[in-house]
Amino acid sequence: MKKDIILAGVGGQGILSVAAILSNAAMLEGLWVKQAETHGMSQRGGAVVAHLRLADHEVCADLIHHGQADILLGLEPMEALRQLPFLHTYGVLISNMEPYLNLPNYPPVEELWTEIKRLPRHILVDGGVITHQLCNPKALNMIMLGALSDYIPLQADSLKTGICELFRTKGEQLVQQNLEAFDAGRAFVAKQPAV
Amino acid sequence: MKRHLFLGNEAVAQAAIDAGISGAYAYPGTPSTEIMEYIQHSPTAEERAVHRQWSANEKTAYETALGMSYAGRRALVCMKQVGLNVAADAFINSAITGVNGGLVLAVADDPGMHSSQNEQDSRYYGRFAMIPVLEPSNQQEAYDMCYTAFKLSEQLQLPVMLRLTTRLSHSRAAVSLRQSVHPHELHLPQNLKQFLLLPIFARKNYVGLLEKQHRMEALSEQSSYNFQEAGVHRHLGIVCCGLGWNYFREVFVGREIPWPRVKIGQYPLPRNLLEKLEAECDELLVIEEGYPMVEEQLRGFFAAGKPVHGKLDGWLPRYGELTSDQVGRALQITYPAPYPVPEVVVPRPPSFCRGCGHVDAFEALQEVVAGYGAGHIFSDIGCYALAALPPYQGIYSCVDMGASITMAKGAADAGFFPAVAFIGDSTFTHSGMTGLLDAVNEHTNMVVVISDNQCVAMTGGQQPAGLGKLEAICEGLGVDPAHIRVFTPLHKNQEDMIRIYQEEIEYDGLSVVIPRRECLQKATRRRRQEKQKQAKN
Repeated sequence: MKKDIILAGVGGQGILSVAAILSNAAMLEGLWVKQAETHGMSQRGGAVVAHLRLADHEVCADLIHHGQADILLGLEPMEALRQLPFLHTYGVLISNMEPYLNLPNYPPVEELWTEIKRLPRHILVDGGVITHQLCNPKALNMIMLGALSDYIPLQADSLKTGICELFRTKGEQLVQQNLEAFDAGRAFVAKQPAV
Repeated sequence: MKRHLFLGNEAVAQAAIDAGISGAYAYPGTPSTEIMEYIQHSPTAEERAVHRQWSANEKTAYETALGMSYAGRRALVCMKQVGLNVAADAFINSAITGVNGGLVLAVADDPGMHSSQNEQDSRYYGRFAMIPVLEPSNQQEAYDMCYTAFKLSEQLQLPVMLRLTTRLSHSRAAVSLRQSVHPHELHLPQNLKQFLLLPIFARKNYVGLLEKQHRMEALSEQSSYNFQEAGVHRHLGIVCCGLGWNYFREVFVGREIPWPRVKIGQYPLPRNLLEKLEAECDELLVIEEGYPMVEEQLRGFFAAGKPVHGKLDGWLPRYGELTSDQVGRALQITYPAPYPVPEVVVPRPPSFCRGCGHVDAFEALQEVVAGYGAGHIFSDIGCYALAALPPYQGIYSCVDMGASITMAKGAADAGFFPAVAFIGDSTFTHSGMTGLLDAVNEHTNMVVVISDNQCVAMTGGQQPAGLGKLEAICEGLGVDPAHIRVFTPLHKNQEDMIRIYQEEIEYDGLSVVIPRRECLQKATRRRRQEKQKQAKN
């Protein structure tokens, strides 16, 4: 068994937190893990990507081979598409629909959705609406982690433990908010047809 | 046994603590920064009072670490690849002096230039200095190699280089730890002339270094980091260095690897091991991250013999970061074409944070300088280099730490007017002060803007060496206090900023303008920490 996961987004969207929770949970469940991150200059509002590799055997490379990712998780639709060459033809793309606008020439978002809908296996998550419902604009990354959770070989409970660990120092209220966001992401995907 | 999910950098940091360092020395630089940050936050380092303050630059960091080694204690010094250029004088000479307490240099290269001006390969520096280099291929090796490097350093009485690359530094995997040993007691070198590189002593030391080369080679031959694995197809032998080993094995996941191969993790190269592989195979392929250093060396070893392939003959690309795709293709494996990136996707380069003080300081400057045409602003390494990108496209140089001031001076010497340098506070104290002194001594007609955001912002907001001291430094160097102008870069102050820039450009002499406003990211972090502290109390 192996799961290669690409996490794509914009610096500041919280990709590293998602990656940290996933890889900690995987290690605690006894899997081999490698997780390559983007640090430095790109974190200033640029495109960022993390490669996360889980397996029940040794993981060699830190980076995923092109066309081999089982899952591509986009916190933002254009960033999801930017990493498309990594996705396996039968891989699943799960992306937030809402664009992150910090560019003068951002393309019409409908065109991005059209590209995503061409893929045989995709899920578009209405992250904007869910964050609005939760009254928590900062919880997008945990919503997307929830959306991803049914497609990976990790227990939802391990991920929740990871969320508690990560936000523990920041107070109980923040922990609860992030757990709610995670559940909201899971609930959204549960209502979609399976891909 | 408890395992830790460590970045390569964190593995190095923990290993150094466990090896009993008494001090870590560094200047922040991607991809090396997290080594020092980890040590700064380590409870063990705190308990043992390990020195772990940032240094003003890599040269001061290296020399201080060497001083700690002189005093008999173990020291770690960390930097990015271009930082080693700054520390090169101390580094090369430290191979001639040798060490007393173990001294390990962790240097992080950046193939692919994710956050750097070049792709230079630090292994050449190791070879140039004639010291051992260890090159880990994963996080556990990064830990193990750093842990044992201190002993190796003391055994050979030489500094040891640990060569990292971005991908290892910034990738996490599970790491098991070894027993943590306590720092050494103070003890002077046995030979009190060891660190005296006057020619009369240096000649003797240099002969000593040359004599150590055989021992270093013998240690490489015996090292568990250098080994051979058998394969049945002998028309090709593979030599993998560092991360190249991972990419090579990735190509064959779930299958048997057909070719004999050697993995290199410790330099100088184990010549016998490689000659054995050469004798078995018809041709060789070298897979290494960075420059084709081993490839070049093997061509030398086997001058009369078999073909050596790699980056020099185009089997692998000469630039950028290695990938398993490239390695597979070099081995004649074809892959189905992956999905292309849809045409609708546009680049998203990094950009200034909204509300950044550099932006306000720069916009006002650009408005003033625009009247003189293009090409007047020399800049430097830091967040403000983003002014090279749209919508500003208003700086014309970004070369190395501090070069804004000296290049502006050179242009001014050539008769160019106005010559303006735009440099950050930390870059200024790293390598800008000496250039400013040159300008003071020659009354150069130029304007130096020190955009002071009170931190090393690009690498995560570390404390800068010159915090609260910039005016005093400039005055001390001899800048006329009447032409040291300080203001708060805010859009509402636009008129004042423009007036000040205009006056100082028109002044026939040297001016320093200091826009000062705390980095927003730093301010947010600071407030959050203060809130957490309050909540705790």
